[in-house]
Amino acid sequence: MGTYIPNTKEEQLKMLHEIGYKDFDDLFKHIPEEARFKGTLNFPKGKSECEVSAIVSGMADDNKVFHKIFRGAGAYNHYVPATVNAIANKEEFLTAYTPYQAEISQGILQSIFEYQTMICELTGMDISNASLYDGASAAAEACAMTHDRKHSTIYISHAVDHRVREVVDTYSFGRNTKVVVVPEVDGETDLKALKEMLEGDPSAACFLMQYPNFNGIVEDADQIASIVHGAGAQLIMSVNPIALGLLKTPGEIGADIVCGEGQPLGLGLGYGGPYLGILACTKKNMRKIIGRLVGETTDSQGERGFVLTLQAREQHIRRDKASSNVCSNQAQCALKASIYLATVGPNGLKQAATLCTSKAHYLAEQLEKAGLKLTYDKEFFHEFVTDCPDSGKLLAALEEKGILGGLPLEDGRILWCATELCTKEDMDEVAATVKEVF
Amino acid sequence: MKLIFERSVPGRGQDIFPECDVDIRLPETPLREEAPKLPEISENEMGRHYTQLAKEARGVNDGFYPLGSCTMKHNPRINEAMASLPGFTNVHPLQPADTVKGCTEAIDTLRNILCEITGMDDMTFQPAAGAHGEFTGLLLIKAYHKSRGDEGRTEIIVPDSAHGTNPASAAMAGYKVVEIKSNDHGTIDMDDLKAHLGPQTAGLMLTNPNTVGLFDENIMEITRLVHEAGGLCYYDGANLNAVIGMVRPGDIGFDVIHLNLHKTFSTPHGGGGPGSGPCGCKDFLAKFLPGKRVIDGEYTQAPESIGCVTGFYGNFLVMVRALTYLLFNGSDGVPELAKNAVLNANYMQEKLKDLYPVAYDTTCMHEFVMSLESIHKEKNVSALDVAKALLDFGIHPPTMYFPLIVDEALMVEPTETESREVLDNAIAAFRAIYKKIIESPESVAASPVTTPIKRLDEVGAARHPILKYDFSGEKAE
Amino acid sequence: MIDPKEPKYSKSHEWVRYDGDDVVIGISDYAQESLGDLVFVNLPEVDDELTVGEALGDVESVKAVSDIISPVSGKVTEINEALLDSPEMINEDPYDAWFVKVTDVQETEDLLSADEYDEFVKEEEA
Repeated sequence: MGTYIPNTKEEQLKMLHEIGYKDFDDLFKHIPEEARFKGTLNFPKGKSECEVSAIVSGMADDNKVFHKIFRGAGAYNHYVPATVNAIANKEEFLTAYTPYQAEISQGILQSIFEYQTMICELTGMDISNASLYDGASAAAEACAMTHDRKHSTIYISHAVDHRVREVVDTYSFGRNTKVVVVPEVDGETDLKALKEMLEGDPSAACFLMQYPNFNGIVEDADQIASIVHGAGAQLIMSVNPIALGLLKTPGEIGADIVCGEGQPLGLGLGYGGPYLGILACTKKNMRKIIGRLVGETTDSQGERGFVLTLQAREQHIRRDKASSNVCSNQAQCALKASIYLATVGPNGLKQAATLCTSKAHYLAEQLEKAGLKLTYDKEFFHEFVTDCPDSGKLLAALEEKGILGGLPLEDGRILWCATELCTKEDMDEVAATVKEVF
Repeated sequence: MKLIFERSVPGRGQDIFPECDVDIRLPETPLREEAPKLPEISENEMGRHYTQLAKEARGVNDGFYPLGSCTMKHNPRINEAMASLPGFTNVHPLQPADTVKGCTEAIDTLRNILCEITGMDDMTFQPAAGAHGEFTGLLLIKAYHKSRGDEGRTEIIVPDSAHGTNPASAAMAGYKVVEIKSNDHGTIDMDDLKAHLGPQTAGLMLTNPNTVGLFDENIMEITRLVHEAGGLCYYDGANLNAVIGMVRPGDIGFDVIHLNLHKTFSTPHGGGGPGSGPCGCKDFLAKFLPGKRVIDGEYTQAPESIGCVTGFYGNFLVMVRALTYLLFNGSDGVPELAKNAVLNANYMQEKLKDLYPVAYDTTCMHEFVMSLESIHKEKNVSALDVAKALLDFGIHPPTMYFPLIVDEALMVEPTETESREVLDNAIAAFRAIYKKIIESPESVAASPVTTPIKRLDEVGAARHPILKYDFSGEKAE
Repeated sequence: MIDPKEPKYSKSHEWVRYDGDDVVIGISDYAQESLGDLVFVNLPEVDDELTVGEALGDVESVKAVSDIISPVSGKVTEINEALLDSPEMINEDPYDAWFVKVTDVQETEDLLSADEYDEFVKEEEA
């Protein structure tokens, strides 16, 4: 067996004797007999690091890694600058706990403060928390932030990623709140329905939209904001952070709360996690925001320093009256996002966004030329939907060539995605495959 | 030290992205008016910035970290190596099931091992943290009662010693929280439990050993009583390191549990996350589990699933680390974790309790709680002061002021990965601080003196929050 | 400056001052002293109905939160919004830093005079 226990068996026994126990049985004798596990655990005995490495690497080898990826739908294949992992994996960051002891945790605290600032810059919001689990759970917490005694119903666009909607539903099952889905028309939120639904419901707390939406479309957020605010509800925008390198910000649009999946900011695909939940809001919502916050202050000698703050909102103090049970953040993922944003800078972020959207438009054109029809005639960012006579056949043909095609949707449609990692050559190959197959 | 924004110089930066090989085409929708004020900084300068931040952070690798309730054990390097394999990191979560056989095998293997360790039948890895696992477990309980039409069960019982997440999770799951008292021994007051059980009881949440580090000897009776009343028993796995391989929650009456892979299973805390909080359950609850998994080559969701608590399958790369750790330790190594965690805690307790009274003077499990109430009264030195004094000895302080049922509490959890010398050194530090408490209490209250930053104004930070950098160069009011 | 002898007190450490038929509610000097530096208050909204014995809001210190228990039943006519921005006012002058004004007072718990309250605090401390 392998072990990380430093003390030898002899040392262990000596320590036991020193504090008055005969052996380990003696140390555990206060545990009632009927509670003790007496069998042998039924899984393999321990192995050397060398053997473990071979086994787990073998599992990794059993996956198919695609080098040409045209699938997004909530997880995006972006370039991860070398700085990101090199810096974020420094062991001081990696092996630290939550920075409760501020005097020896300024590095972690400051990095979170910097993250909060960058997220505010990106979204145009006043306040960002220190991050949450992922984009979907952040959306669910964002919705909960808008509840008060008079407003409890959550409205959510059908054009929001169904995974996000499902998490919002599950959280609402817990909190006993009502969720109403606003239908989509032509790939985006049905504004007429939205207006009618919200205006007919004084209990409407919020409307959650996705920007760009699940179909890749950049919806008319200004108009949505005016409808939502006109009905006395709050606007929550679930954003793609790379798209915010170009698009009008939620702050400019007048959103009240922003949530989003931070995975595109240098986190890689990692089969779905760990990712990064972005949550930001206007100053008005400061006391309602969920999760950790780092604030600036001074020490006893007047030096600038950082602390976890507004903690009385949180579970360890407010217990069952806390608005959420969250007691951690994805600190290391937030750190990666900060390093990513610092590495690419304002120009690099805009460049990444420009590359993504330009390439997506090129891909759409080529696919159209090859015979696939764009399902919606709308402005999109880096994802779009096409009809397809036989999506299974096309995707299988692409897979043969080592290409992960778009995500198959209902009715044979496909949701395509292009990022800066897709080359013209690769996109031409996809289009050529379409011609071959049909 | 400078913020990264204060190191930024317009026009500087790093070259990451290529020229565009197709025509530039932007969406014809409103675009942002101003670029975000992100740092403009060279790689060298940025690297140094973060190196400096790293020097002002403290991880397990920097030294002893006996933070009670957090299980700050060694984070093995092989875990990191395995979690960085491109065969895992480059897999899209929506790839076809037949292209993710390795991920599926990793998840299934980990599930089998963890179910065996906990005595559970099934498990979801969707929850991203311990509290998230609690919430998930409570939703399973809620779905179970609902499926039986037994919706009058509106209360979750939580002991007063519980972590704050327990009542918060119960409230989030729509339950009324009923707090029951601890007895003089720090464990559940059986009379108070009995008085609160009834047809309104949905379940009990329990950490065992509990937050004062004691194993509840009435455990079999407790879970029997809850079941008799028609409730379910939830096991908070925060303290599993104390009994792993020695006691299985599933054998002692628990129906649903969560684990903290970032505590018991050695995955790094990362300065506050990401963790992983898988939620395990007995067979009769498995049909409610959230999320999808690959079964027989198809992505499948449980028939009466509560839905999803994260977007995909949970923190997969954290799971890879835990799997690596378990394959390394193996079925023979796992019980050694608990034995040595408990030994190390008792060793420290025994060698300190003459100076620092323990809250409950008995054999502890993997952690123990000292109460500085008398020291505080007599010398006006608080648990906080002693914690801060430890910083000057290069030791991360224990957990302070928790559990709430002990006044001036310091909760010490050494873990099994510390050697005797490390423990002896910490014991010597505690004893030296005690000497200072007697001789010059005011010097203890003035600590720390060796850290780069001294005690911070938390009141000012909370009264007038400054939560982001002010680019205008003027301080917010 | 308000004389602490003037208002009446609840056993949960709120003070109550009569202003015609209406009442003004705050927390006692003893309460603010034991709570320590306050960093935020959560107040009810105007027109909210208060119930005697139930929380009307809470006060936060850095590491704790404590309910403010309403000593009366009635309807809130005004809240002291200044406290939201400057909770330190409560620590500085608890008798000036009122929380809410209440009208239509239906029910009031048995309140203590200032002297009785001093006595009560002494007993509690012992």
